[in-house]
Amino acid sequence: MSEIFGVPIQALMGQLMLGLVNGCFYAMLSLGLAVIFGMLNIVNFAHGALYMVGAFFAWMLLNYAGVNYWFALLLAPIGVAAIGIVIEKTMLRWLHQLDHLYGLLLTFGLALVLEGIFREFYGSSGLPYELPALFRGVFDLGFMMLPKYRAWVVVVSIVVCLFTWYVIEKTRLGAYLRAGTENPNMVKAFGINVPLMVTLTYAFGVGLAGLAGVMAAPIYQVSPLMGSNIIIVVFAVVVIGGMGSILGSILTGLALGLIEGLTKVFYAEISSTVVFIIMAIVLLVRPAGLFGREK
Amino acid sequence: MKRKLIAAAVAATLAGSFGLAQAQKLSGDAVKIGVLTDMSGVYADYGGPGAVAAAKLAVQDFGGKMFGKPIEVLNADHQNKPDIAKNVTQAWFDRDGVDMTVENLNSAVALAVQALGKEKNKITIVNGAASSRLTNEDCAPATGIHYLMDTIALSNVVGKAIVKDGGNTWYFLTADYAFGHSLEKDTSTVVNAAGGKVLGAVRHPLSTGDFSSFLLQAQSSGAKVVGLANAGGDTVNSIKAAAEFGLTKKQNLAALLMLLTDVHALGLNTAQGLYLTEGWYWDMNPETRAWADKFSKVMNGRKPNSNHASVYSATLHYLNAIKAAGTDDTAAVMAKMRSMPINDMFAKGGKLREDGRMVHDMYLFQVKSPAESKGPWDYYNLKGTVKGDEAFQSLANSRCVAIKK
Repeated sequence: MSEIFGVPIQALMGQLMLGLVNGCFYAMLSLGLAVIFGMLNIVNFAHGALYMVGAFFAWMLLNYAGVNYWFALLLAPIGVAAIGIVIEKTMLRWLHQLDHLYGLLLTFGLALVLEGIFREFYGSSGLPYELPALFRGVFDLGFMMLPKYRAWVVVVSIVVCLFTWYVIEKTRLGAYLRAGTENPNMVKAFGINVPLMVTLTYAFGVGLAGLAGVMAAPIYQVSPLMGSNIIIVVFAVVVIGGMGSILGSILTGLALGLIEGLTKVFYAEISSTVVFIIMAIVLLVRPAGLFGREK
Repeated sequence: MKRKLIAAAVAATLAGSFGLAQAQKLSGDAVKIGVLTDMSGVYADYGGPGAVAAAKLAVQDFGGKMFGKPIEVLNADHQNKPDIAKNVTQAWFDRDGVDMTVENLNSAVALAVQALGKEKNKITIVNGAASSRLTNEDCAPATGIHYLMDTIALSNVVGKAIVKDGGNTWYFLTADYAFGHSLEKDTSTVVNAAGGKVLGAVRHPLSTGDFSSFLLQAQSSGAKVVGLANAGGDTVNSIKAAAEFGLTKKQNLAALLMLLTDVHALGLNTAQGLYLTEGWYWDMNPETRAWADKFSKVMNGRKPNSNHASVYSATLHYLNAIKAAGTDDTAAVMAKMRSMPINDMFAKGGKLREDGRMVHDMYLFQVKSPAESKGPWDYYNLKGTVKGDEAFQSLANSRCVAIKK
């Protein structure tokens, strides 16, 4: 069998595939962050916590109300988006004009509060969420066994990412949004309700986090800590891709998933650090990120 | 040997008379116990608030007062960081007059705290951490106690049972810090000694979210047994991913350190059939059930695991030793803790050895299937009892320099 640096190519392909699956989660989460930062100028540190809330909503729907995965896939993100609307209307609204630091501190505090509430009620080691029956089993790809559910994650996340990119970059609605952030007063003068648009954008961004949470529930433990475990990496993704760049966050998310996957084969010990090493290098070479524009 | 006995006798006599001379004296006019644990991270269910509650129950059962003076229980969150653990413990010893710290889960934390206790001459009892270094290379026999389990006992009980069952080739998934390294090393020794072979290992960072990549490597190793040399949330996630990737169809998983709380988190569907070892289980006899009920009342209905029970037992034993010694002086209390056998709901005939190891029986359990279980927390079938002297390393094999004379 042919090998690369002592690792069989088959094993390498398998690892790249898994990297892609993780990259899909990074992409979905960083996409929401990029949308929120691009449109609202808010560094949303509560993103990880809302991802966790999405997963918990799915768990609660199943265990308290008997609602299955498919409905949860729709209902949980809507629930998270509703929380987003409340947060935006009552808190973030007052911070738009201020320095980024205020939004960051507020959302970071919110993340701690949400995490604390769920830890108090559900403990820290998490709860199991069964795989939907349709996705039990694996696809034999020849070079690896790919669980059906992971394949589903890849498909959904690519569809969601492309859809979001298309809406924001190619449609009239997206044009309003982008114009609204550049010059809100001018857009208001055209009779467009900018504050409403901003609220809905935030709701959509965190709704994406909620969706990622539901997608993650069957793979990982539904645990209060799941958000804080992933959010730091996701922020690194956004910084590497360029703050606010939609396409940048999607591509960087997938690429970093792959790089992390490779690290796990060649030197597993630094697999949780490699993203930050890349971030440091990118910041040194291109301070605005790979796809960002200097202001 | 004879010289050792005489030395021990002299030491005990000296300590005893010292205790009498200082009759009923408490430093700072109170007994202060510090429970140092992970209150909010991956090990918070494993120890955490439950460990604090267990220590408080021990104080309550003891009567709440020592020679008419108060007994206080403090607690702190070390966040699994040895530097934080060290700062907190130092402040406890130097500023707050804490006499003893208990729990100290996470082996990196335990090693740091035990070293500090040795330096400050304060008793440190390790419950949740399992690295065998605590009573070997890094032993502190004058102040350090290792109460619940260690990596040697864990690998002895589960490792031996599995190799005997035909699982003779192993691949390890190891948490990349002191504890994981110890567990991998000790289990390898057991596997090799029993005629098995270790094919390889991969080391993952603590609190890894996704284990699929490591499992794929384990899968391609072709080993019959994949040994999980990790703990808490990491073990739970490894087992989930193993089930998802169909690893369990051709290979067997061995969770080397898994407690009741982890089984609860995993759910019986995924955990059923797993072999594991613990030093205690709540549903063993009327005594353990009664204590578990008390614990449940203060912990929102959760049942205790062996770590929680051992914190209770260690705290109670410490308090009884102070009472018997008449002082909270470190040497006098340690001497009493060694000479008094431990008989409570946690251990029968438990004995604190001179290297700091508390020797007690260990149990081999198998996780019940959902059909066998009568409800939440009814998870284990007892498969065997291993006597303390067989489960733990013998003194003769100890690498603790301080006790070799």
